[in-house]
Amino acid sequence: MPNRRPSDLETPVAGGGLLHRRALLGGTIAAAGALSAAQAQDPIGLGSPLTMTRPGAGFSGYGAPAEWAQGIRRLTPPASARPGTGSSRTPLEALEGVITPSGLHFERHHNGVPAIDAAKHELLIHGLVKRPLSFDLDSLRRYPMVSAMRFIECAGNSGGLTGETIAPTATAASLHGLVSNSEWTGVPLSILLEEAGVDPSARWLLAEGADAAGMSRSVPLWKAMDDAVVALFQNGEPIRPEQGFPMRLLLPGFQGNANVKWLRRLKVTREATYTRDETSRYSLLMADGTTRVFPLELGVKSLILKPSPGLTLRGPGVYEISGIAWSGAGRIRAVEVSADGGRSWAKAALDGPAAAKALTRFRMPWRWDGSPLTLLSRAIDETGARQPTRTAWKAQFAPGQSYNYNAINAWAVDQAGLLRGVHAT
Amino acid sequence: MRPELVLALLASVTLGSATFAQNLGKPATPAAMAASDISIGPDGAGLPPGSGSVAEGARIYAAKCVVCHGPDGAGAPGDRLTGGVGTLKSERPVRTVASFWPYATTVFDYTRRAMPLTTPQSLTNDEVYAVTAYMLSIDGIVAKNARLDAASLPQVVMPNQVGIVSWEPKLRRR
Ligand code: HEC
Repeated sequence: MPNRRPSDLETPVAGGGLLHRRALLGGTIAAAGALSAAQAQDPIGLGSPLTMTRPGAGFSGYGAPAEWAQGIRRLTPPASARPGTGSSRTPLEALEGVITPSGLHFERHHNGVPAIDAAKHELLIHGLVKRPLSFDLDSLRRYPMVSAMRFIECAGNSGGLTGETIAPTATAASLHGLVSNSEWTGVPLSILLEEAGVDPSARWLLAEGADAAGMSRSVPLWKAMDDAVVALFQNGEPIRPEQGFPMRLLLPGFQGNANVKWLRRLKVTREATYTRDETSRYSLLMADGTTRVFPLELGVKSLILKPSPGLTLRGPGVYEISGIAWSGAGRIRAVEVSADGGRSWAKAALDGPAAAKALTRFRMPWRWDGSPLTLLSRAIDETGARQPTRTAWKAQFAPGQSYNYNAINAWAVDQAGLLRGVHAT
Repeated sequence: MRPELVLALLASVTLGSATFAQNLGKPATPAAMAASDISIGPDGAGLPPGSGSVAEGARIYAAKCVVCHGPDGAGAPGDRLTGGVGTLKSERPVRTVASFWPYATTVFDYTRRAMPLTTPQSLTNDEVYAVTAYMLSIDGIVAKNARLDAASLPQVVMPNQVGIVSWEPKLRRR
């Protein structure tokens, strides 16, 4: 009974600290049997939680998490001389289901969050088009919209696991917290491009943000015409500033960085632009020394969150293993879990109908006998793609290449029920 | 619901989304396009008039870049810009602007739009040409007496230009 304060219960009845027996009710139900005469005459409020005995708080213009849940925060980086470059991470293991609350969506900025005046912001579509056009927020809001659950994952997510050592303090959030999932709503980009009239020679777009990094990425035209969206809403409300207010490009399943925030310009081009963030960054240096540019679609991936480091098991018994799975190629078909380091696997249950290019929650009942073991999960998507082992993943790439990491994740459980990240595959 | 939205929805139902057109985009003026079109293609499309030399660039670098990128672009605390050329196939690949970036146009584009970090977009076009020339001269990608402009910059051959493979057509074929 978290709302009952000791002062409400601890009514002294005699010297030496003797208290009214009502205090006992704080723990468990009173001993079975008939009520004493005194109890029968007490107002019922004396036996009720305090919240039932006085009116609660009034209304608020914007709700906040429960006080109890206010410790659930993004993992922010230590204070820095360059506070605008870096990332904060979603506290994955503190959340359930698949929706990331908007205020907990991971952040990756290259030079801070711009303060954009929505009334002045415009999206320009130009280049190889018949009619160069600009759209303000008001007019975009008059177009037909689509809503869909989609994950966004930074291409650098989980990349630390390419290294040999894993910090003993590492958690699901610190290792994998650059993935989040929202319902995004906006205008299909194909509608706007058709209005502008794309030249048949065009193959690419250059998407650019209005931030101090001038973030820019090349987008294949087929993707822009397929399921790309100029997103205006996140989980039902206008997109948060740190997610691109007033509008961001949403490219379902593509590297997070290509989902350009604070979108201000789309230039239709014949060739890719080869911007800094698709050459220097977010490209893949292969084992043979070649560089793969535009590895845009993210692979199939999964992660056990319950239990995970920091969520210690309280002794042998029955637990639910649960976690998240996703794929840039489409729906999750299946997730398999192993509790013996990969010797045997079993199929987990999936929550709801799995949405394409969105997080899917998997669940698996488990009786832990108290012995040390390793928990793994591996996902398969609707194209039949499977999560690789870490060894197979690493063999493709040059040393130090850590983008688009999607290998099988492993948590070791020790006798005390403590978990930590390990390399098991 | 606004009447125009109802009409729009009806239109989309009867005509299908392929022919749907709200036509609410405003024609973009050439001036507005020119002001916001700051990206440079790998063929040099979009490069502005102006020029800058390695010597001028060295002075700008010392004044505006060295605090974060170190002497000769050696890095710390900011990114390492130079060195590592020829290491990409080795056991210890070092990825820098010099060793890894396939196009010199990208160096111009990125420096002009995003650097210096605390005052982005404050350099003149001449200054960007100059500091680009300076950064590329450190590894001998351009000569120590080079001067870059819209004609010469796209001709610069970066060491890793031969190494890049576009992965995008693979996606398209699927
Ligand atoms: C206040 C520190 C600071 C100053 C001053 C600064 N930079 Fe940077 N620079 C950075 C940071 C930080 C990044 C990485 C930005 C990011 O997160 O994307 C960067 C990135 C770069 C890159 C891309 C490097 C790569 O490998 O992708 C280049 C090129 C560059 N800077 C050039 C310059 C030049 C030229 C100047 C001077 C005109 C300059 N910088 C001034 C901090 C600085």
